[in-house]
Amino acid sequence: MDLNFTKEEIAFRDEVRDFFAKNVPAETRRKLIEGRKLEKADIVDWQRILNKKGWAVYQWPKEYGGTGWSATQKYIFLEELQRAPAPDPLPFGVSMVGPVIYAFGNEQQKKHFLPRIANLDDWWCQGFSEPGAGSDLAGLSTKAVREGDHWIINGQKTWTTLAQYADWIFVLARTDTKAKKQEGISFILCDMKTPGITVRPIQLIDGGKEVNEVFFDNVKVPYENLVGQENRGWDYAKFLLGNERTGIARVGISKERIRRLKELAKVEVSGGKPMIEDPRFRAKISQVEIELKALEMTQMRVVAAEGTRRDNKPDPASSILKIKGSEIQQNITDLLMEVVGPFALPFADEDAAGSNAIPDGPDYAAPLAPAYFNYRKVSIYGGSNEIQKNIIAKAILGL
Amino acid sequence: MDFEFSEEQQLLKDSIEGLLGDKYDFETRKKILASSDGWSREIWKQYAELGVLGLPFSEAHGGIEGGPVETMIVMAAMGNALALEPYLPTVVLAGGSIRRFGSDAQKDKYLPEIAAGNLTGAFAHTERQSRYDLFDVKTTAKAAGGGFILDGQKNVVLNGDQADFIVVTARVSGNQRDKDGLGLFIVDAKAEGVSRRGYRTQDGLSAAEIQFSGVKVAADQVIGKLGAAYPLIEQVVDDGIAALCGEAVGVLSALTEATTDYLRTRKQFGVNIGSFQVLQHRNVEMLIAAEQAKSMTFLATMMVNEPDAATRRKTMSAAKTQIGRSAQFVGEQAIQLHGGIGMTMELKVGHWFKRATAIDIQFGDADYHLEQFGNMGGFESAA
Repeated sequence: MDLNFTKEEIAFRDEVRDFFAKNVPAETRRKLIEGRKLEKADIVDWQRILNKKGWAVYQWPKEYGGTGWSATQKYIFLEELQRAPAPDPLPFGVSMVGPVIYAFGNEQQKKHFLPRIANLDDWWCQGFSEPGAGSDLAGLSTKAVREGDHWIINGQKTWTTLAQYADWIFVLARTDTKAKKQEGISFILCDMKTPGITVRPIQLIDGGKEVNEVFFDNVKVPYENLVGQENRGWDYAKFLLGNERTGIARVGISKERIRRLKELAKVEVSGGKPMIEDPRFRAKISQVEIELKALEMTQMRVVAAEGTRRDNKPDPASSILKIKGSEIQQNITDLLMEVVGPFALPFADEDAAGSNAIPDGPDYAAPLAPAYFNYRKVSIYGGSNEIQKNIIAKAILGL
Repeated sequence: MDFEFSEEQQLLKDSIEGLLGDKYDFETRKKILASSDGWSREIWKQYAELGVLGLPFSEAHGGIEGGPVETMIVMAAMGNALALEPYLPTVVLAGGSIRRFGSDAQKDKYLPEIAAGNLTGAFAHTERQSRYDLFDVKTTAKAAGGGFILDGQKNVVLNGDQADFIVVTARVSGNQRDKDGLGLFIVDAKAEGVSRRGYRTQDGLSAAEIQFSGVKVAADQVIGKLGAAYPLIEQVVDDGIAALCGEAVGVLSALTEATTDYLRTRKQFGVNIGSFQVLQHRNVEMLIAAEQAKSMTFLATMMVNEPDAATRRKTMSAAKTQIGRSAQFVGEQAIQLHGGIGMTMELKVGHWFKRATAIDIQFGDADYHLEQFGNMGGFESAA
């Protein structure tokens, strides 16, 4: 038993840390620290910097451009990326559709799409959730009917993150209405420029518009855009959702946010003293910091076990990472909102003409309440925390 | 980064779990608890034969030179079995003080006897007013005739009633709450002027209030440098905290598993109550709390030998906070999910719960260590 990294791993960590220190664009880094929204260009630029270095799709198999890193190296990479802070690579291509394509797609699809994902030439979005299919994803009703060389897709997707920027969408569609609900679903790639697709932004409670509804009205897609076999889409979707669980705890991001919290708590004053000296507020920070350290150790245990697992199935312990990770992230956004007191209240409307400058109080206060509201999502998306508890009850406790 | 036990560690785990599995079932424990000592000298001898009573000591002193991981393994097994023997006060605290900071003569005198199972010890530190502050000591040690005279009272001293020797903290100079001016003394429990009032603690262990009235201590019974014992006390208590964390791992996983088993078998409304989602989720929350505690125990175990006291103490406070929080949640929920039967002395669950509660309190509860952790600046510094 040894919780220290090996000499090689420390050298790797230093290399990665140094790269991030020198290569994350200053403006992007500043936005992340201040909790401001990134533009599309910020994300694309960063992805291309990573791609040039050969790290854009670090977790893929080597033959498709991956690095061949160990589980521990991947963990270190992500930890350092989040600590820097640097943007998390857009997951929809790199972590979601990319692995499905290299695992189940045909040669043509691999050759065409994989390099474009690595370089973010194509911005992907995820066509899974529907108004009637959330936690019960297999209950989806969007249909794809084969007509000659094409699919005709009709239906509606929702919660489609950043679809407004997307070039492509991967869609789960029902292709056999008579089969059991999990057995009649196919996985289809769809160009967002295809006639019949309409994107409608949804404004979330933070005021931002990061998710959308996507409507399919007789959308005609070439048959060869099917991935793998017809009616096997549910298997691919499960593979996708179970894939890439490292980093789900987002420990590095939470560490970075705690540093920000402490910085602001030194500046903001309560009762004539900095907030950081208020025993009650400091105890709240301490409590979340300790939970985060415990989560970090739990994550290291899961990563270490991953290195020795043979079955390639997702470890149900990653559900613990999701639950605790999301609770901690939410807790920190709450404290970041609390630290600025009344200046959490002024609302900067993104849609307002001109800029999103804060109307009252310090500039740094503006994104804090929206982050609190926005982060309610983290215990809902990717399998809600209640679904995660169902998974643990079944897979670990055997209840 | 590796969380696996070595072959030797796995062997130790199998042996101690094997011994306790064979000799320490719940019914046997009840009998041991009801005996006059409240713990088993027969099992104590078997611990000695296994080598666990000399676990952290050098081979020259009859030990097996185990480190913090080995201690964690033994403590977790004892937590699972709810062993009543004074392992923590004897081997980790009193023996540990001598192992870490004692003179060669002190080591030669005490450690082989502890390892052989012939001596038990106690660590007398807590006082009526001190709560958890390690520097708050009123008991005095005054130089006299080439040795010292001890006066004062110590409270809630584990194994204090039965220990053969007592490691006592006392003030040689300065004021009650000064960090300077403390000393560590080895006192023979039968020395004149030592009076002990023994009793059982909530979790079935033995403890005592000990009065020291003009107790003579020879100069060669001082551990370490006189007046500079505070960092020594911190280290010994940190050893105790790490060991308690290990024990908590055994207790909390046992509570979680016992609850899962109960949910699987207890029938109400014609079904196993484990089919109810509200109970499943509660049990999952217990598992998560127990796993988080285990993770922090690994960290505490790895850090307990850290020479930089500030770094070490911060980590121990973080671990003790997590252990305390997890212990309370897991313990309370285990009782709740067992329902009425969980309230009875008949079931082991209630006894695990009481031990979990005692573990939180000992050496500082979660709120105390949370504050300490904050005062020391936490892990992350401001951006």
